[in-house]
Amino acid sequence: MFSFCTDPSVLSTPAWFACYFTTGKLMLFYASFGTVLLLLAITAPVALGFGFAGAAAARARFAPLSWLGKLYIAMVRGVPDIVFFLFFVIALDQGFEYLRHKVKCPDWTDPIRQGSDFIVCDAAKLPLSTAPQVWHEVYGFSLAVLTFSIVFGAFAANVLYGAMRAVPHAQLETAEAYGMTHRQTFWRILIPQMWVYALPGLSNLWMVLIKATPLLFLLGVEDIVYWARELGGAKTARFSDYPHADWRVWYFLGLLVFYLLFTRISEIALAKLMARLTHGQATVGGEAQRKAA
Amino acid sequence: MSCWDVVADYGLRSLGIGERLLPRDDFTLCKQAVLIGSGMIWNVYFGVVALVSGFFLATALAVGKASRHWLPRKLSEWFIFLFRGSPLFIQFFFAYFLFLSLKSVAPVFAPFSSAWLGALVVLFFNTAAYSGEIFYGALLSVPKGDVEAADAYGFSGWPRFRRIVWPTMLRLAWPAYTNEAIFLFHATTLVFFSGFPAFQQRGDALYYANYFADKTFNPFVAYPILAGYFIVLTLLIIWLFGAINRRLNRHLPQARRSKVRYRPNLLR
Repeated sequence: MFSFCTDPSVLSTPAWFACYFTTGKLMLFYASFGTVLLLLAITAPVALGFGFAGAAAARARFAPLSWLGKLYIAMVRGVPDIVFFLFFVIALDQGFEYLRHKVKCPDWTDPIRQGSDFIVCDAAKLPLSTAPQVWHEVYGFSLAVLTFSIVFGAFAANVLYGAMRAVPHAQLETAEAYGMTHRQTFWRILIPQMWVYALPGLSNLWMVLIKATPLLFLLGVEDIVYWARELGGAKTARFSDYPHADWRVWYFLGLLVFYLLFTRISEIALAKLMARLTHGQATVGGEAQRKAA
Repeated sequence: MSCWDVVADYGLRSLGIGERLLPRDDFTLCKQAVLIGSGMIWNVYFGVVALVSGFFLATALAVGKASRHWLPRKLSEWFIFLFRGSPLFIQFFFAYFLFLSLKSVAPVFAPFSSAWLGALVVLFFNTAAYSGEIFYGALLSVPKGDVEAADAYGFSGWPRFRRIVWPTMLRLAWPAYTNEAIFLFHATTLVFFSGFPAFQQRGDALYYANYFADKTFNPFVAYPILAGYFIVLTLLIIWLFGAINRRLNRHLPQARRSKVRYRPNLLR
């Protein structure tokens, strides 16, 4: 990166670190922080959407739809989330390939599951084996995002379902008395008032989501944990211009600090948001704000 | 080969007793259920030991955080922040590599780099931090009247804490603490997926479930079996903590007793 990095004498000075920290491999490490942030940026709204749909379905008057919503909410009870992560990544992948297989190769007669193999025709592979490497990575990442969204959507559905029930029932009755339909009551009365009840649960969920991002590593995405393990391991002079001993403990210390800062900043921002949302609300928090002012 | 033979061969496989080789073909339902169940021994071990030992540290942390003296307060605050603010997964990795490098300095740390002790220490600190925060919240909401009444009876210092404040704190914190216990048992599944190696393939339930899912390329058998085990474990925890909760609340009139209702709010 720097011009002095070509000078061998610099290798015993602190400038060594300037050279080390700007190698191409380290750049990939820095970029993987972007992967984590991208995952959060996509997962959070999608999971909220899943959660909203789940909570709305659980409230539906059409019984099978309500059962479906409640089943989705109950799905995450009692079972570790990591089990769902490991399960959905394979299950979704096989599901997509199975569907494509049925559509693209209708005259295929062999069974798909043969013993311990899952065999679909070549045209149904996702992504196609001829596709460039980048598509394989994009597909892997999308599967991870979808998995995260399904699992955290179930948690969000639980929070939103609780928040919808926390809205005072008199509000809904008043809306009915004014002649609003069920749908109007839902969209104009229930939803706008629900958020202040949902925010504590959702901010807790956001913190948990941040702390779940290292699990990307288990889903086969080259994230910060993957690179910290790769780069931190002992490097000999034979394979690298920057030999060093086992530095994984320092790399993971760096990740630890990154997550501590990230959760701390989120905590402060969410506290500010909560203060703004409770302003003027007829709750204990709103009343305390009024007295303090 | 009946299922009982499989139980005899693999029932204690996760402890290194019985058949050495894991099954390589003919993955029957029985084999999967027995081996995954065998792995549950580790989950229960980690969960129970961390929970019991973490309980005491959590009480100390809660008292420290509520202390008027700045030193214990700051120490507890930082400890709780450190373990609640970072992912458990990263804590496992960091601790493993830390113990690994300490091992080369002092051989005392050798057992810490294996899961049974190293991961247990991390889980112990982690659950102590989360429970400490729960207990701290409960400590602040102990009714003022209770403490004043204790003062009027001449209680002070340790007896006041032991006989008045602490039982009330536990009673108030218990529903949230139940939730924490459930998530601690769930968190034990991460141990063998982080840095800690499974010595001679002696892993936990998720380790074996993942082994079968990888071998058979079929996630629809092994993971539901694992899920079943965990649902049973969760129900057992709720039952046990509910019994303790009833004991903590036994002096209260029926209407004022708080019930342990499992709300999977992922409140961590």
